[in-house]
Amino acid sequence: MIRVQREDFDLGAEVVALTQGRTDIGGVASFIGLVRDVAGGESVGAMTLEHYPGMTEKKLQEIDAEANRRWPLSASLIIHRFGRLEPGDRIVLVITASSHRQAALESCAFLIDWLKTKAPFWKQEETAAGPQWVEARESDDKAAERWVARPGGGE
Amino acid sequence: MRVLYFAWVKSKVGIGEEQVEPPAGVGTVGALLDWLSDRSPKHAAALANRSVVRIAVNQEYVGADHPVKPGDEVALFPPVTGG
Repeated sequence: MIRVQREDFDLGAEVVALTQGRTDIGGVASFIGLVRDVAGGESVGAMTLEHYPGMTEKKLQEIDAEANRRWPLSASLIIHRFGRLEPGDRIVLVITASSHRQAALESCAFLIDWLKTKAPFWKQEETAAGPQWVEARESDDKAAERWVARPGGGE
Repeated sequence: MRVLYFAWVKSKVGIGEEQVEPPAGVGTVGALLDWLSDRSPKHAAALANRSVVRIAVNQEYVGADHPVKPGDEVALFPPVTGG
C-alpha cells in the first residue's frame, strides 16, 4: 500500500491499522525519514519536497510490488510526504510486516534504498545563501545497487 | 505532446509544463531535447548538461534513444532526491 500526502503521519496508528486482526504476522519493521537542520555543513531552515504527481504513485506502487515479490510479506506500507517541511518533521514512512523478522527487516531497508533513487521527488532546502536544490548522492546509488543482484527472501 | 519540467530544470526553463508540436523528424527523446534547446536560451541552459537530466516518457524512465510521438507525456528532471 502506498500514500503520497502533504499531511503528517502517525507510526503507531499506521502499525495498528496494518496489523489489527492479523495473527499471521510475527514481526513488523519500520523506517521514518526526518528533516535534518544541517546538510553538507550548511544550516537548513526548512525544505520543500516537489514531486511528479502520477508518476510518483506509479513508481511507489512498483517498488512496493517488487518488495512483495522478493520477500514473503504479510503487509507493507509506504507514505511519502510533499510540500514544505521543517527540521524534525517526518518525510517518509516505510512499514513491512512478515511472519519472520528477517523478511520484514530486509524488505524495509530495500524499500527505503530503492525509493530514494527511483521515486520522482526533489528536495529544495532553504539556506542562508537562498533556496538550493539538493543534489543526488552517490552513496544513495550505492545503497540501491546492493539490492540489484540480490534475491532476498531469507536465502 | 506535453512536456513537464521539475526541480531545477523547471527553475531554469522558467515554466513547469508546455504543450509542444515538434516536426515529424523529431522521433526520439534525444532529438526532442535538441529541438527543445532551440526554443529559448532558458531551455538551452536547462538542457545544456544532458548527463544530469533524467527523462520519463509516459511516466517510465527512458534513455535518449527512446521514441517519442504526438500525445506522449515527456518529463525532464534532475536525479531524484526523495526519501
